[in-house]
Amino acid sequence: MSGTFTPAPGAAPFLRQVRSQASMESRLLLRNGEQLLLAVVIPVLVLVGGVAAADRIGLTFDHRAVDVLTPGVLALAVMSTSFTSLAIATGFERRYGLLKRLGASPLPRTGLLLGKVVSLLGVQVLQTVVIGSTALVLGWQPGGGVTGALVAVVGAILGTLAFASLGLALAGTLRAEATLAAANLVYLLLLTGGGVVLPRSTYGAAGGLLQLLPSAALGDALRAALLDGAVDGSAFLVLLGWALVGSALAARFFKWE
Amino acid sequence: MEIDALHMRYGDTVAVDGLSMTVERGTITAVLGPNGAGKTTTLETCEGFRAPQQGTVRVLGLDPTRQRRELLPRIGVMLQSGGAWSGVRAVEMLEHIASLHAHPLPVPMLVERMGLGECGRTPYRRLSGGQQQRLGLAMAIVGRPELVFVDEPTAGMDVAARRTTWDILGELKTDGVTIVLTTHYLEEAERLADQVHVIDHGTLVASGSPFELTRARGQATIRLVVTEPFPPEAPRSLSATLGPATEVQEINPQSLLITGPADASTLAKVSAWCEEQGVLPESLSLGQRTLEDVFLQMTGREFTP
Repeated sequence: MSGTFTPAPGAAPFLRQVRSQASMESRLLLRNGEQLLLAVVIPVLVLVGGVAAADRIGLTFDHRAVDVLTPGVLALAVMSTSFTSLAIATGFERRYGLLKRLGASPLPRTGLLLGKVVSLLGVQVLQTVVIGSTALVLGWQPGGGVTGALVAVVGAILGTLAFASLGLALAGTLRAEATLAAANLVYLLLLTGGGVVLPRSTYGAAGGLLQLLPSAALGDALRAALLDGAVDGSAFLVLLGWALVGSALAARFFKWE
Repeated sequence: MEIDALHMRYGDTVAVDGLSMTVERGTITAVLGPNGAGKTTTLETCEGFRAPQQGTVRVLGLDPTRQRRELLPRIGVMLQSGGAWSGVRAVEMLEHIASLHAHPLPVPMLVERMGLGECGRTPYRRLSGGQQQRLGLAMAIVGRPELVFVDEPTAGMDVAARRTTWDILGELKTDGVTIVLTTHYLEEAERLADQVHVIDHGTLVASGSPFELTRARGQATIRLVVTEPFPPEAPRSLSATLGPATEVQEINPQSLLITGPADASTLAKVSAWCEEQGVLPESLSLGQRTLEDVFLQMTGREFTP
C-alpha cells in the first residue's frame, strides 16, 4: 500500500494554472482597500466631480461635459490598473519572495504573465461597468455606436499593454517602496498634467507635446472612439510605440528576485 | 542528485569553491555549515534559480537550468522565508500552490497534519514565524514531489511544532521522498539525517552518516574551560602531553576542545597538566562527540546559528 506522501508529481494543465493565478490576483486586488480606491473610487470621484465642476465654472468643451469626461475617466481607470496597481503589486511580490516561490512551482513565467493580464482585464471590465453606469446616470450618451465601442476596446487593450509593460519594467528594477512611490507619483502627474482625463486642447500650447505621452494617447484614442466612433491613428501609433519600449525595457531589466 | 566541482562567485566573493556531493534517492541529507558557507547558493543552483558557473549539477537526472520546466513539477522547494502575498490567507495560499500541480495532496489533510487549522483564515503577514515556516513546508510538499529541498525547516518553531515537522519529514522519507535540508540545529541533523555534509567556505569539509561522523573512531570529546586565559603555548604543550592520538584545539583563550580516546588516563593527564600550568579548571566535561564537536573540529569555530 502506498503512503500518504508517495510521490505523484506533475504540473496542472497550463490553462488551469493561468485561471488559478488570474483569479488569485484579482481576489487579492479587490480585497486591498488602497488598490480598490485607485481602481474604482478615484475615477468615479473624478467623473462626478468633473461633471459638476464643468457646470459650475462653465468649463466648455465642443461636446457635453459628461460625454468628453467619461472616455477620459475610462482611460484613467485603465492606466491606474495596468500601471500603478500592477507595478505596486508586482514590486511587493518580488520583495516578499512570492515571485521566487512561484518560480519554483510548475507555473511557467508565461503563465504568470498571462495570469496577470487576465486579472487586469477582469478588473478593467469591472471598472468599466461601475464607471459606465455612473456616467449613464449623469446623462452620458456615448457616440460612435458599436464601431466606437470596438475601437475603444482595442485602444484600451493597446493602452493596457503599454502601461503594463512600463509598470513591470518599473517594478522589476526598483525596490518595492521606491516602486510604490514612483508609481503613485507618475499616476498623479499624468492624472493632472498628462492629457488623460481632459482633452489636450484644454492644455493650450503644451497640447502638441502631450501627444507623445501614453496617457494622452490613451485618452485621445478613447475620446475619438466614444465621441465620434473614429480611429485616432496617431494615438494608436504612440501607444504601440510605448508598448514596444516598455516590453523591451521589462524584458531587459526585470529582475525576478 | 549529483554535484560535481561546482564553483559559484558573486563579484569578488567566492560562494562555492569546487563543491562535490551526491545525494541518494529516498534518503534524508542534511547540509550543515555556518552562515555564508555556500549552503543556500548550492541549493538554489540545484533548484535551477542559478546556472552553475563551473562544474555540473544533475537533479533527478536532469540539468536544473536547461531542463527546468521538466524538473520543477518533480521537486518541492521550501524557501528560508517569505514566498507568499502579504494579504493572502494561509489556506488560500496552500490551495493556490496545490492548483498548479496535477495530483496535489488533499489540502484539508495537509492543513490538519501541519497544524495550520487555527490560522487557516489568517493573512500571511499576521502569521507567527513558526506558522509561516509550517505553511512553507506544506507548500513544498503539496504537489507530491519526488525530491524536497528544505531550507531551515524548523527555524523559529516551538518544541511541539518542531516535533510535528520531524515526524512529517520522517514519514515523507518512509513514503519514498528524497529530502535535502539545511539546518542550524545540529540536533535536527543528528536525529533526522541519513547523511550529513558539512560545508565551510564553499567546500565540503566532512561527510558521512551522523554515526560515522560522531562515533566512528571510538572517540570522545573533552571540553576544558578555565578561569583565567591560558598561557600562549598551552595548546601545544597539552598536545605534547597527551600524545599523537589526541587532538587539541583552542576554541577561545579560556577553552580547549580535546578529541581523543575516552579513557581515565586522558582525563588524569589533563588534570595533571592543569596543575602543572597553574590554571584552575572551571569545567571539564567528557561526552560522546556530537555533530557540534565535529563541526568545531572541521571548521575551527563555534557553531553559531
